[in-house]
Amino acid sequence: MTSQTSTAYEKYHVPPKSRLAICATTGLMLSVYGAASIMNDMTFGDPGVSTNSWSIFLCGLFFFLATLFAWFRTAIRENLAGLNSAQLKHSYVLGMFWFIFSEVMFFLAFFGALFYVRNLVGPWLAGEGEGGRMNGLLWQGFEFSWPMMQTPQEAVGGAAAQPLANNGTFAGPQTSLSFAQAHAWWAWLPLWNTVVLLSSSFTCHLAHMGILDGDRRKFNLWLAVTVLLGMLFLCLQAFEYHEAYTHFGLTLNSGIYGSTFFMLTGFHGFHVFMGMTMLLIQLLRSVLGGQFTASDHFGFEASSWYWHFVDVVWVFLFLFVYIL
Amino acid sequence: MGDYHHGPAKGLSRWLFTTNHKDIGTMYLWFSFAMFILGGSFAMVIRAELFEPGMQLVDPAFFNQMTTLHGLVMVFGAIMPSFVGLANWLIPMMIGAPDMALPRMNNWSFWILPPTFLVLASTLFMEGGAPAFGWTFYAPLSTTYAPPSVTFFIFSIHVLGLSSIMGSINIIATVMNMRAPGMTYMKMPLFVWTWLITAFLLVAVMPVLAGAVTMMLMDIHFGTSFFSAAGGGDPVLFQHVFWFFGHPEVYIIILPAFGVISQVIPAFSRKPLFGYASMVYATASIAFLSFIVWAHHMFTVGMPVAGELFFMYATMLIAVPTGVKVFNWVTTMWRGALTFETPMLFAIGFLILFTIGGFTGLMLAIAPADFQYHDSYFVVAHFHYVMVAGAVFSMSAGIYFWLPKWCGRMYNEAMGKTHFWISFIGFNLAFFPQHFVGLAGMPRRIPDYALQFADFNMMSSIGAFIYGASQILFLYNVIATIVAGKPVSDEKVWDGAEGLEWTLPTPAPYHTFETPPLVK
Ligand code: HEM
Ligand SMILES: [Cu+2]
Repeated sequence: MTSQTSTAYEKYHVPPKSRLAICATTGLMLSVYGAASIMNDMTFGDPGVSTNSWSIFLCGLFFFLATLFAWFRTAIRENLAGLNSAQLKHSYVLGMFWFIFSEVMFFLAFFGALFYVRNLVGPWLAGEGEGGRMNGLLWQGFEFSWPMMQTPQEAVGGAAAQPLANNGTFAGPQTSLSFAQAHAWWAWLPLWNTVVLLSSSFTCHLAHMGILDGDRRKFNLWLAVTVLLGMLFLCLQAFEYHEAYTHFGLTLNSGIYGSTFFMLTGFHGFHVFMGMTMLLIQLLRSVLGGQFTASDHFGFEASSWYWHFVDVVWVFLFLFVYIL
Repeated sequence: MGDYHHGPAKGLSRWLFTTNHKDIGTMYLWFSFAMFILGGSFAMVIRAELFEPGMQLVDPAFFNQMTTLHGLVMVFGAIMPSFVGLANWLIPMMIGAPDMALPRMNNWSFWILPPTFLVLASTLFMEGGAPAFGWTFYAPLSTTYAPPSVTFFIFSIHVLGLSSIMGSINIIATVMNMRAPGMTYMKMPLFVWTWLITAFLLVAVMPVLAGAVTMMLMDIHFGTSFFSAAGGGDPVLFQHVFWFFGHPEVYIIILPAFGVISQVIPAFSRKPLFGYASMVYATASIAFLSFIVWAHHMFTVGMPVAGELFFMYATMLIAVPTGVKVFNWVTTMWRGALTFETPMLFAIGFLILFTIGGFTGLMLAIAPADFQYHDSYFVVAHFHYVMVAGAVFSMSAGIYFWLPKWCGRMYNEAMGKTHFWISFIGFNLAFFPQHFVGLAGMPRRIPDYALQFADFNMMSSIGAFIYGASQILFLYNVIATIVAGKPVSDEKVWDGAEGLEWTLPTPAPYHTFETPPLVK
């Protein structure tokens, strides 16, 4: 069935044994253990007792990030040393593609929750359709609209009047952030966020064109602009959160509208932060290290795919969280 | 690069720092066996308590912790990692690759597991006890009413998900990118195919599970109301998100088992697999269908009738590709030159018992009937037929089949056969009566039961102890083989075995296919 090939074959570099995985595990485990302890201290702990949860978390996180740094440095050096065959490079391409696919599925869970709540749970709680019996039994007087400005709990007269097990106080916001409640389109922050993020995708593409032309100046310039736009987006988002908490009464506690709003935009914001950091590192590699050529710039390419992905997610957020 | 061309490093550093797919495969397999024993001992506690009616050994709260940890450890610690171990050992050898595509990440995927299960097991000693809300951790049991250890549980799930996603990305990249010249997709051994599809399922649904536990985390600690109707959310939302992960998860467990069986049966029938292409398409259709049937776990939750009907018919559809598979395995044996060595015995055991499990699945899929069966021991019987006699039996078949290739030594056949027969009898004694008590109305996850279920439960417990004990024999046999088994040196350990891995020397050298073979 088989025979050894005689044709020249570019060797697939299998790295020698490495400490990276063990270090990454140690850092990761310490940081999640610390994070879980911090949250338990917060919710179940005795405020008078001091714990070392934060130290565990921060040590772990530092160690983890340092390992990731070392890991990527190793991978970059292997490539610069010419160890990476075309086939190996393709493994990285596949790895990045499927990683982004997994991120898509993560967001899908939260979008799924949003659609389910808006299309089924809300109307049922308000007495419509097949799930409607709950209204008469538990949530009399609740009317559903989206954004949900009044929670079922408020509709029955607050947590104390709630007929069944009480698991928290949920008071709807005074004002929502959707387009319908904006004073004027130009004063509506999400619109500007959209403009910023969409143009950053465009500038990212210009940077890509730059490196493909071998024009490093163009590459650096547009990449820097992209990173700045990313930062601007994050600042605007932080400002919006501040407004939401201080002026609109929209918080994590304001019922399912607040929950879905902050989880969707929050995870998206976190991904923007990650993408921006990735792009910033590529910028530093180019500016300080003179790395990347017209034919070999996967670090940048992978980061740019991530960036475009984050952008597409925003488009859906803009539609389903802010406009519709 | 230093030590690449030499054999394995000496001492502990070999295992801690390795990038070799065989080392990593070995670690996965041993780890999963350790978890199998741990999860098994939880099961023994459960069966000991249920040996007789009345409260005997443990209090109900601890009983619930046992059922929860048993399920979690078996699913995430024993079955899934064991098949990843097989994948690591075999996929590169089956497609003619020098190693997995991303070897360092491969090592990381493995090393995440042991500390995570340490954390999970340590919840037993935390204040308020271990998670006690079942392996399906429905809200609000797992949110409003959960013990504080739930936070550690949540983060464990996150990290396990990370490990699975990285492991799967690695498998996908390996299969798509590392096949030897001439090894087209439709020439790949079925085990490789089933793992490619499984890996895709994992990358698709593990993030959704991460989403579910993240919502729990936020509800518990940060005041969101995803699963709380008072704030406009819905506990049923949890079930939808969980089962969107959970149903594909059961196929993640069984598809690699299908792969193993599809290698073993042809070898001992001395005939090529019947209907190779239809096997590939059946696997792919099962994977596709598994995304649109999740609410068959939720028939009694109060879904609209249209939903009940949709999920009922979609679920029944899965029986079609599954039937194609069973048909093909049987037809492969038809007029073959059969011999019944241990791997074949386990494969045939799989075939019979998995089919029973598939049929009870079909019964459960009938929405109006499920109102009676749901949350009863009938469901417990169903999923143990598919997960134990399905996944675990096929794992045993796989180990007996490839172990001689891996270590160049033959296991003790008589002991292997004994292991099979004791397992087979113990398993059926443990789980067949559960169909009856379930149909008669015994609910699952309770520490005590009505008197009329006493006899069947005692049989169940005895069967479970027998099945558990037979695994000690298995462990002994494997260790004895590795240490002092009769040496074998034929490339083809089994005369009927086909595939690239059987063209390599026995025992398989530390590095294989450093230059790819040409597949014609
Ligand atoms: C023909 C194929 C199958 C069908 C039609 C089917 C159908 C079902 C249905 C309808 C239920 C829900 C029962 C209830 O809770 O009332 C169920 C439960 C279950 N099935 Fe299957 N099933 C099939 C194959 C499998 C396979 C291959 C596995 C795993 C290897 C599996 C694992 C499970 C598990 C673990 C549960 C119980 C989950 C729990 O509530 O803890 N099933 N099955
Ligand atoms: Cu299912």
